[in-house]
Amino acid sequence: MKQHRKNRIYVILFVGISILISIFLVFSALQENINLFYSPTDLKNNPPVSDKSIRAGGLVKENSLKRDKDSLKIKFEITDLKNTISVSYEGLLPDLFKENKGVVATGYFYSTSNEFIAYEILAKHDENYVPKEVKKALE
Amino acid sequence: MNKILGSITLFYHKLGSYPWFYSISSKLLPISTFLAFMIFLLGIVWGIFYSPSDVTQGEIYRIIYMHVPAASVAQSIYFSLAIAGFVYLVWKMKMAGLFIKAMAPIGASFTILALVSGAIWGQPTWGTWWVWDARLTSTLVLLLFYLAIIGLYSSFDNKKTADQAVSILAMVGAVNLPIIKKSVDWWNTLHQPSSIRIFEESTISSEMLYPLLICILSFYLMVFVFGLMAMRTEIAKREMTKDWFKKMVKKND
Repeated sequence: MKQHRKNRIYVILFVGISILISIFLVFSALQENINLFYSPTDLKNNPPVSDKSIRAGGLVKENSLKRDKDSLKIKFEITDLKNTISVSYEGLLPDLFKENKGVVATGYFYSTSNEFIAYEILAKHDENYVPKEVKKALE
Repeated sequence: MNKILGSITLFYHKLGSYPWFYSISSKLLPISTFLAFMIFLLGIVWGIFYSPSDVTQGEIYRIIYMHVPAASVAQSIYFSLAIAGFVYLVWKMKMAGLFIKAMAPIGASFTILALVSGAIWGQPTWGTWWVWDARLTSTLVLLLFYLAIIGLYSSFDNKKTADQAVSILAMVGAVNLPIIKKSVDWWNTLHQPSSIRIFEESTISSEMLYPLLICILSFYLMVFVFGLMAMRTEIAKREMTKDWFKKMVKKND
């Protein structure tokens, strides 16, 4: 290979590696902010200090879902299998919201009572795609 | 060994030649268009009418047959742009610059298709069209890189300067690709991790996986067809006044 081409490759490599390092530094500094939601364990260890709304996520704990009889109010618990927080919400729910399935709630967390008042509930779909017939056959 | 190296070098030099590319692509186009169309038809009909419905999502999951192939080619096209950028900067191969110019709008289109189909799926399943999680945001950044390449190219009058500038930009943007790929593993996201696994068993049932793989293959063939067309157009634009091009047009008349 000709010398001037080799030199160009070196320059590209040098610039490329510098960009990679700077991006790595930026992302490691932003690590916490890139996460879409906090887990119950995060909230327990580092309760939010400001009164801004945050997102909490995890699984809807089995047998924790309680629906109000004459309104759209619901109560349930979010768990990451180590810690849980109790969530209350009023409004419509996405189709995939179910016990034992992933959920992301947006709202305000009160660490003293371990309560989360949500104003938005998003359901998280997992990576499993199972045909209906197969599920029936398994049961 | 020398023979193999020699034929690779020969192929590389041919690849850089506009007349050679123009004639070989006119032979490749009909057959690859036919293949892309038939395989797409097979995959999409199998996926929409003959694959089972999903136990939690019902029928809405079928958008996967557009969404995953679109997202896959969107990232692969960008990867190819970055390689072309490298080739252009080191060897000053004109065809590599032309490749970036021709492919960027195709990549942008498939990125838009991935984002829009994802939003349409997200509304009924997640409960929102859009959320600023790492996967969705990094894919939006991919679209912005494509748009930046298109915009940057058109802002230069001189083709050489334009090729050089977009080559650099294409390579810089490539750092985004591993971020898109691994975002669902590195951070908490609303988007699920990938269901198609290479080194372990996929978490999507094989009855749904086979039509999906066929759709993915057909999208790559489609990109090949669109790419050939776009590059031929670009060659025609750049070489319109050259002798070989005039001769060829005359011969075909």
